[in-house]
Amino acid sequence: MSFLLRRLAFYLFTAWAAVTINFLLPRMMPGDPVLSLISRAQGQLDTDAIRSLYILFGLDEEKSFLRQYVEYLGQLLSGDLGLSFTFFPTPVAAVIGDSLPWTLALVGFTTVLSFLLGTGLGVLAGWRRGSWVELILPVTTFLASIPYFWLGLIAITLLAGQGGAFPASGGFDPGVVPAWDWEFIGSAIHHTLLPAATILVTSMAGWVLSMRNMMVTVSAEDYITVAHAKGLPERRVMLSYAARNALLPNVSGFALQLGLIVGGTLLVEIVFSYPGVGFQLFQAVGAKDYPLLQGIFLIVTLSVLAANLLADLVYLLLDPRTRREG
Amino acid sequence: MALPTADLTPIVPDPAASLPPAAPPGRGRRRLRFLANWKAATGLAVLACFGLLAVIGPWIAPYDPSARGNDLVAGPSAAHWLGTTHLGQDILSQLLVGTRSVIVVGLLAGVVATVLAVLIGVTSGYLTGVVGEILSALSNVFLVIPVLLLVIIIASILTETDDLTIALVIGATAWPWSARVLRAQTLSLRQRDYVEAARATGEPTWRIIGFELLPNLTAVIAARFVDTVVFAVLSEIALAFIGVSGVSEWNWGTILFWAQSQQALAQGAWWWFVPAGLAIAVLGTALALLNFGIDEFVNPRLRSVTVPGMRVGFTPVLREEER
Repeated sequence: MSFLLRRLAFYLFTAWAAVTINFLLPRMMPGDPVLSLISRAQGQLDTDAIRSLYILFGLDEEKSFLRQYVEYLGQLLSGDLGLSFTFFPTPVAAVIGDSLPWTLALVGFTTVLSFLLGTGLGVLAGWRRGSWVELILPVTTFLASIPYFWLGLIAITLLAGQGGAFPASGGFDPGVVPAWDWEFIGSAIHHTLLPAATILVTSMAGWVLSMRNMMVTVSAEDYITVAHAKGLPERRVMLSYAARNALLPNVSGFALQLGLIVGGTLLVEIVFSYPGVGFQLFQAVGAKDYPLLQGIFLIVTLSVLAANLLADLVYLLLDPRTRREG
Repeated sequence: MALPTADLTPIVPDPAASLPPAAPPGRGRRRLRFLANWKAATGLAVLACFGLLAVIGPWIAPYDPSARGNDLVAGPSAAHWLGTTHLGQDILSQLLVGTRSVIVVGLLAGVVATVLAVLIGVTSGYLTGVVGEILSALSNVFLVIPVLLLVIIIASILTETDDLTIALVIGATAWPWSARVLRAQTLSLRQRDYVEAARATGEPTWRIIGFELLPNLTAVIAARFVDTVVFAVLSEIALAFIGVSGVSEWNWGTILFWAQSQQALAQGAWWWFVPAGLAIAVLGTALALLNFGIDEFVNPRLRSVTVPGMRVGFTPVLREEER
């Protein structure tokens, strides 16, 4: 229990740190791009919206720093992230709310699957050293060095486009109305397959390599020799004795690598024009939409923290000792 | 995007495991043995090629990478080996000229991040008490925050986005993983007898860290540096690809940016984005191979074994032959 409480306290601290970074960054920014955007949109913005942008970006020069910070926190807690300039005049919270489910579905599904597959392959590669399975290593190394988004470009060229089996862009067919019916879900899955496969192939490599190395280390332990000497079937020694013990560092690594995987996934969304957070990030960068950029950073970070907490729960189940890692 | 593959188990050389029982090698022979590892040698050779291209690339490029030509979106030909862009620019020249930016940013960001990681990681591992805990918490916090997003945000509010700035931003955000690994290593090293002895004889802390700890962390630091360079290269290319950093300076990401924004895919212009991506993949693979070489140099257990005529799989039984 104390393990979980400690982790929870750490995540709360990290969330606070992310919020504070978000607060400080625009205040250190040279020049006032936000101010110029606001003045350009002067006629269309009502006074409340302008006030909220002033609080978010620290344009209230006369207020004290501490006062600005308190107001900023208060505004975030009420769920107000300002107005998006790209999707004017929709609030940032609503814009992200539209796209977040897409990204969560894509990242959640592919990350779990890639972890399972990659770990499985790593178990084999670590156990049967010197056999053909070793060939996995150079292949995965190469795949791990490829940017996710570039593989996406290749996948589109080869498998999508005119006459291809998969759609090249979007989250669902243009004629389909988003609703919870089979037609929409089927179309959404069809559009998700190719981006998902792209992320799967590139993100799997890391798991293979780290699991392989852990298996190699574990298989030199005495209890493995004992298990062999007892005449247990090799399969059982591999899975119940070696893999089970080698798995723990991979699970705690899972949480740590999530941030990187999410970053890569956002870029894949751009390539596939997938209606998720990454594609909005792309539009926000192009339009210098700072409120949206900051909102995305905040929401994605909070999501990663939540996923980390989930991974900790899994770790708690797998390792009853729940030692602190590191 | 490469994932850091280093696990956190201390891989500080255990004298019994890392040295073969026969012939305790001298310094020079150890270095040669490092090169005898085909992974390290291949990695270094490929890296040397890229390094050479980074230096001479702009001179051997057949065209000015930004100069417009008459052949628009033309496939590979004798005049343009890798085809042209929507403005008739020569893609081979863009690749060659862009190599320098990629290598410079990768190395510079790697150096900055590694220096920060050594400072923060080793200090937090060696110093007990509040300072160590605070530094450790700091690196853990930055470890869970999605770094790429942070870099994108910082880069997009900066007005100046030349290679130097980008390298500094990436370097300033890429240190936490290395710091964590180094901290774990330092924690295990500081319990060793020779460190205790140094402390007992009253050596100052800076001397213990600089002369007792750091030399034993060299391999780990080198491995982390290589990993960070991979991360920096991929980040720089990602930044250029989504158009955060300036699109006027050529690097491989800029090529991909234009390919994506000018619908190279829809036009079937594969020559526009395939070479840049391959270059990234080859560079990344070379760096990864170098890292495997370092890992195996330090931890011989990880070496691939090929024992002819024997069934491999009972790894523990082969332990003697491995050495």
